[in-house]
Amino acid sequence: MPKVPLWDLPELPQNQLPLHLQLQKTRVSCNNDAPTNTENVTYSGAYAALGIDNSLRLDEFRNNFKVKVIKLNEEDMEFDLIGIDASIANAFRRILISELPTMAIEKVLVANSSSVVQDEVLAHRLGLIPIKVDPRLFDYMSENDVPNEKNSIVFKLHVKCERKSGERLTVYSHDLEWLPSGSEYVLPTENSSESKPKTYTSFTSSQVSLPEFENNPITVTPGIIISKLAPGQEIELEAHAVKGVGKTHAKWSPVATAWYRMLPEVVLLQDIEDDDAQKLVNKCPVNVFDIEDMGKGVKRATVARPRACTLCRECIREPGWEEKVALRRVKDHFIFTIESTGALPPEVLFTEAVKILEDKCESVITELS
Amino acid sequence: MEHGSYKDQSASTFSLAEDHTLANALRFTLNQDPRVSVCGYSIPHPSEARVNIRVQTTGDPAKEVLKDSCQDLMMICQHVRSTFDQAVADFKNNNGSESG
Repeated sequence: MPKVPLWDLPELPQNQLPLHLQLQKTRVSCNNDAPTNTENVTYSGAYAALGIDNSLRLDEFRNNFKVKVIKLNEEDMEFDLIGIDASIANAFRRILISELPTMAIEKVLVANSSSVVQDEVLAHRLGLIPIKVDPRLFDYMSENDVPNEKNSIVFKLHVKCERKSGERLTVYSHDLEWLPSGSEYVLPTENSSESKPKTYTSFTSSQVSLPEFENNPITVTPGIIISKLAPGQEIELEAHAVKGVGKTHAKWSPVATAWYRMLPEVVLLQDIEDDDAQKLVNKCPVNVFDIEDMGKGVKRATVARPRACTLCRECIREPGWEEKVALRRVKDHFIFTIESTGALPPEVLFTEAVKILEDKCESVITELS
Repeated sequence: MEHGSYKDQSASTFSLAEDHTLANALRFTLNQDPRVSVCGYSIPHPSEARVNIRVQTTGDPAKEVLKDSCQDLMMICQHVRSTFDQAVADFKNNNGSESG
């Protein structure tokens, strides 16, 4: 910022910070070598000497907070959170990745596998397949629990590559069949005089009888290659899926990933005209700048698409350009992107993540009381 | 678990079974409370899910200030949730009517 004498500073209403302090508080300056002003000024008494209150007032937060949805479909969504702090946005991102529950295959009972893929590798791959079911309909299963229809889902995989075909057979994830009545493999017991033999799961009723699954069978994401079989090879197994969170193992993470970035702000500090303007437009790989015809043959550069800026810093790399173009980021405007794996739609995932943060706060309050 | 003094309730360290997710967000809301003079958090060892939150206030008992900050964070979350739901509903209405 250029040095201005104290008596030339612009007049501002009483409860506003001077402009250079506002810039420091709300913008990250992305300079050529490194970003500066990255710390958030959170302390309530930070500007007490100037008589300005920096504390959080909930009603002010409620008035200033905005959400804008840019893109939304079944698989991913992009939205803006405006007026929130980085620590809370990061908390949402961390919860989305690691603390939202999903269903994933945990136990694999292999009856027969003559494929070249080892059993444990096959089991690992099966665990990573996303299962398209709402995890809120199921309970967690602890070590002492018996697998029943409330806490597990059973899939069966039985494929054989016929000898006469002569070609390799690819085993896809859609070859997994859902068994709503539970496991079909019988537990080895001494007396076989029981009318109904005990299996590896104890389903008291078929999952198909539940209203959520009546016309809506549980499927997995199709088209994922599990293994390949040569003629004569066969795989026969049963896979049991349980509920878990991403913290335990990444297979239970409901998002392909979730990330955010701060809104970039590109400001032209001086008027850039004619040749310089054309050079600037050519430099930017994502076309942030545009040329505006001012009439009388004078062309000026304008910032057309600051949101597309990837902060590659091409426009300020050459010497002398840093005084002409300022690259900044707005500290409280986050562009969130959530990519779901299919279990729940992304807007439901975000709502659940916020609920989980609320639950955490509540548990801290009860612990302290 | 609160580690503090019986005589001076305004400064204590709270050891919780949490991680950066909650601790950083709580640190933000604590800092914004005008009764707080010092606050911060540290993780004693990364392999153990434990965080120490230090709160020093200008006189009020630290436990109450921490509870109030948790309440503030809950209000922030509830407001985020309702605004988000509203924004998603608006988006669906606008785009549903355009394509339909």
